[in-house]
Amino acid sequence: MKMTIDMLNEIRDKYKDSVTIRKHADGTKVIVAMGTCGIAAGAREVLKTFVEEIHGVNDITVGQSGCVGDCANEPIVRVVTPGKDTVTYIKVTPEKAKRIAAEHVLGGKPIAEYQA
Amino acid sequence: MKKKLTTVPFTGTKEQEEALKAVIAEHKGEKGALMPVMQKAQAIYGYLPIEVQRMIADGMDVSVEEVYGIASFYAQFLLNKKGEVAIAVCLGTACYVKGSGDILNEISKEIGIKPGETSADGKFSLEATRCIGACGLAPVLTVNDEVYGRLTVKDVPDILAKY
Amino acid sequence: MIRSHVLICAGTGCTSSGSAAVKEALITEIKKNGLEDEIEVVATGCFGLCALGPIMIVYPEGTFYSKVTAEDIPEIVSEHFLKGRVVKRLVYQETLKGDEILSLNDTNFYKKQHRVALRNCGLINPENIDEYIAMDGYQALARVLTTMTPEETIDVVLKSGLRGRGGAGFPTGLKWSFARKSVSDKKYVCCNADEGDPGAFMDRSVLEGDPHSVIEAMAIAAYAIGSDEGYIYVRAEYPIAIHRLEVAIKQAREYGLLGKDIFGTGFNFDISLRLGAGAFVCGEETALMTSIEGKRGEPHARPPFPAVKGLFGQPTILNNVETYANIPKIFNEGAEWFASMGTEKSKGTKVFALGGKITNTGLVEVPMGTTLREIIEEIGGGVPNGKKFKAAQTGGPSGGCIPASHIDVGIDYDNLIAIGSMMGSGGLIVMDEDNCMVDIAKFFLEFTVDESCGKCTPCRIGTRRMLELLNKITDGNGTLEDLDKLEALANHIKSTALCGLGQTAPNPVLSTLRYFRDEYVAHVVDKKCPAGVCKNLLTYNIDADKCKGCTACARKCPAGAITGTVKQPHSIDTAKCIKCGACIETCKFNAIYKK
Repeated sequence: MKMTIDMLNEIRDKYKDSVTIRKHADGTKVIVAMGTCGIAAGAREVLKTFVEEIHGVNDITVGQSGCVGDCANEPIVRVVTPGKDTVTYIKVTPEKAKRIAAEHVLGGKPIAEYQA
Repeated sequence: MKKKLTTVPFTGTKEQEEALKAVIAEHKGEKGALMPVMQKAQAIYGYLPIEVQRMIADGMDVSVEEVYGIASFYAQFLLNKKGEVAIAVCLGTACYVKGSGDILNEISKEIGIKPGETSADGKFSLEATRCIGACGLAPVLTVNDEVYGRLTVKDVPDILAKY
Repeated sequence: MIRSHVLICAGTGCTSSGSAAVKEALITEIKKNGLEDEIEVVATGCFGLCALGPIMIVYPEGTFYSKVTAEDIPEIVSEHFLKGRVVKRLVYQETLKGDEILSLNDTNFYKKQHRVALRNCGLINPENIDEYIAMDGYQALARVLTTMTPEETIDVVLKSGLRGRGGAGFPTGLKWSFARKSVSDKKYVCCNADEGDPGAFMDRSVLEGDPHSVIEAMAIAAYAIGSDEGYIYVRAEYPIAIHRLEVAIKQAREYGLLGKDIFGTGFNFDISLRLGAGAFVCGEETALMTSIEGKRGEPHARPPFPAVKGLFGQPTILNNVETYANIPKIFNEGAEWFASMGTEKSKGTKVFALGGKITNTGLVEVPMGTTLREIIEEIGGGVPNGKKFKAAQTGGPSGGCIPASHIDVGIDYDNLIAIGSMMGSGGLIVMDEDNCMVDIAKFFLEFTVDESCGKCTPCRIGTRRMLELLNKITDGNGTLEDLDKLEALANHIKSTALCGLGQTAPNPVLSTLRYFRDEYVAHVVDKKCPAGVCKNLLTYNIDADKCKGCTACARKCPAGAITGTVKQPHSIDTAKCIKCGACIETCKFNAIYKK
């Protein structure tokens, strides 16, 4: 291959996001509860949706936690923004996840009707 | 430490000779290639007895003295055949400060040979090496390239028992 | 879609602790649970906390798992990856705050570090050139080749204040400018990856964790001085580093970043590897070049300096691995950025290999000027087992010790020389009250005597005589006059030896004499070793209060030196005692001690 500056930049941009996942998350965290009840209620699909929509964008990370205890309301998602109060969403579905991702996580406006 | 010349008679095979000839052919004419050739020769034979040194000298068109001079200068070139179980205790500063000297002495006592020697039956050889760079695990020893770290004198019998 | 990266350290330290098996187990277990599209496993270079290896970091959470074994993997996968529950018992305790995982950057070990040369180590897969490029790799080379002249290139390095990280601290930009001025149609760029100092593994970690940084830097250097050929001289004892370099060079060639007409500018440059063969002296620049030439690694007198007449008689620059590792970053961030770190005359950062009697053995990188106290007490986690810090050895067999009284010295090139030590390549061995400084000086001399190439008399004979004197002292036969002889001899050798090995061989002796003379005096006048190390000066004694008179030791003693009646405290005749230690091993009551 004959490397040119354009090609170099292309490779850099292609792999940059992948490598930047490897630093401590300082930005907004979207945490999907993945206890057994959560998984049974469909938390894995919710997790997948969030990952597809916003993982890696603007320092936002999508992670999982163990069971939070509110089993009747699974899947449960918490959005933790530094400096703001944590917002907890209940009975989240992949469709709701898409909205939450676009309006709250990226847009900054929490969705009241999805909360407890 | 001073190099000990080999006491084990030379047994080279035709395959080894062919391999050595190929290495020499590959590097002949390259600048400063004598050392890489000797390193690859040692990889083929396991050590550099005078017979192999002669073959290299002939093939590379230099004197045997020159080859021997290099072989005797660098610690990596072995003039003595290594044992089946080659034990190397690191005596780098970090290991030494954590007691690798005592470990070397203990092994020497257990096997009955001194550092730099190979046991008469060819099974064990013992040497003190230079720092291999795993200082975070000091003290360290290797047996046939497998690394054992964070050792104490008490660990020695268990390690030897494996072999 | 990949939602998590698991980084596993594949440096020599962790590999020796079994990280390869951990990686295999992880890949298998992930596949077993159907997670291979969500979780990526990456083998990286050294994170620096070697004492806690094998190390595994899970992102994005940043969970730092330490001392992981293959047996732990099923639990980690099912608890952490499937259920999101961190396996607390394996987490580096300092990062655990209740249920929260703190950032590594907040731990004592990493807080004061500033990883420049080590920037990619532990972050990228060193066998994947794309990841190096993702971290702005080869951008510096592209910019230098297409927009800068060789003189401008050298100017950047000069302005940065970068000094050789191999130990001598010669200004890198100046060395390059000398080579540029030399007139020849063939010049060479060499990299000193021999790293001979025992206890030093900075260069190894860079080569294993970020080999492309060295390749890119060498290409920049070649452009600056007008060379088209380079050699990396690696010590043979670093098989993993050698492999990573071979892979990196191959990938760089495939991408057209090494070879002909790089970036279409007409600039040609390629690199060959040469392996060392176990000679410490080959870390010295002229000896190294002689070794590349395929001869006995004997040094030459300088002048002429290699920048004028070096490898194969041509103008050559030789720089250390760590020096090169800084170069791409200097060009990407700017000379001013680099010069803003460190002290007035020592700019930038330095990588240290912490070893010996310290809790956090491993690799650290700190700005120049950081004090020894910060390195030992904060970053290093202090001396373990409640022992007292006695001295830190820097510079390996060419260096000196820094005693506790100088623990607040800011580490930089000139400060260390002023107190009788030197920066060296970065090995920093910590010693405590149980180490004997005379024994340490002897240890280094044994090394130097063995490694002396033999060419010049002061080193060949002189170091041997120094060792004889030290042996005499540790055997208990020394006199005060011997101390004066030792010092005078050391100073003679320093000023008359041909190369750096001989000139610096006396340093451990001189610096221990300077700061621990009382220990030497105890050896020759009192015939005692205060630290309890020098065997011939120790007496074995039985504590009458603890001895039960079981006679086990008396029966074990090969010299018949122990006497006593049954159920009565025994005693050792020191005249007969051969100090073999069999009695201590035999005693079940801890009643025998060395003094």
